[in-house]
Amino acid sequence: MLEIGLSHYLAVAAILFTLGVMGIFLNRKNVIIIMMSVELMLLAVNINFVAFSSYLNDLVGQVFAMFILTVAAAEAAIGLAIVVVFFRNRGTIAVEEISQLKG
Amino acid sequence: MFTALIFYMFAAIAVASGVMVISSRNPVHSVLWLILAFFNAAGLFLLLGAEFLAMVLVVVYVGAVAVLFLFVVMMLDINTVELKEGFLQYLPTGALIGLVLLVELLAMFGGWAFAPDVEAMVKAPTPTLDQASNTVALGKLIYTNYVYLFQASGLVLLVAMIGTILLTHRKRTGVRKQVIAEQVNRSRDSVEMRKVQSGRGI
Repeated sequence: MLEIGLSHYLAVAAILFTLGVMGIFLNRKNVIIIMMSVELMLLAVNINFVAFSSYLNDLVGQVFAMFILTVAAAEAAIGLAIVVVFFRNRGTIAVEEISQLKG
Repeated sequence: MFTALIFYMFAAIAVASGVMVISSRNPVHSVLWLILAFFNAAGLFLLLGAEFLAMVLVVVYVGAVAVLFLFVVMMLDINTVELKEGFLQYLPTGALIGLVLLVELLAMFGGWAFAPDVEAMVKAPTPTLDQASNTVALGKLIYTNYVYLFQASGLVLLVAMIGTILLTHRKRTGVRKQVIAEQVNRSRDSVEMRKVQSGRGI
């Protein structure tokens, strides 16, 4: 219990990932919270990468985590831009209203 | 012993703030809890010996992404009461799926053991601290073996920047703006002399 091993970090990452998935399910009215949940999931994945990199003594995991960070930042910027444009056009950010592409 | 206590502190605060991110009523509070979660994840990274990534996490996420979220949340005029409708309706399904996912992940990761020949597969061994610090080692790796991927991730950011500007830029009507080209292209005819009688306007 007091000896911190790889599985401890993996457990924290698993819990954070699950919280992200649950956030997507629970907040069906707010796209911004869903995007925050996605950020939480990416953070959990990053914790996994860094934990494995640390316990395997391999730096490549940290390089990969940095690329994930880049993609996450780009995704947040584009996603928020889309949310802003959508709000300008429709006046709402509820997920249920986003159905224009549906036939 | 001490490390374990610090790990449990960071982990507990990260998980608790993760819970608050998805359950708080006000989106602004959600963003603030997200910032706390990122800070504690950076602490976990420090414990793992990834100092550079910890600092990058604080700078990029707290300094850029979370502030971006904060701006957007405050810019959009959203009804915070309406947003939480349906939370309880989706709670049973969400909790069930979350529980199943969590049990599966923990069952998979809980008994994780490395294969005996994993040492031979290490691509870039971490140098010991007296050889190079984490930042130096990471830099040496990024700018040599992974330089093309590094440039590609820069391109991803460039595309994201252009896309964001393109999406949110709009021509607003009714706003007087200086258009240099029109000013330069004014001809002689655009100015005319008028005699104005005193006491009267035009």
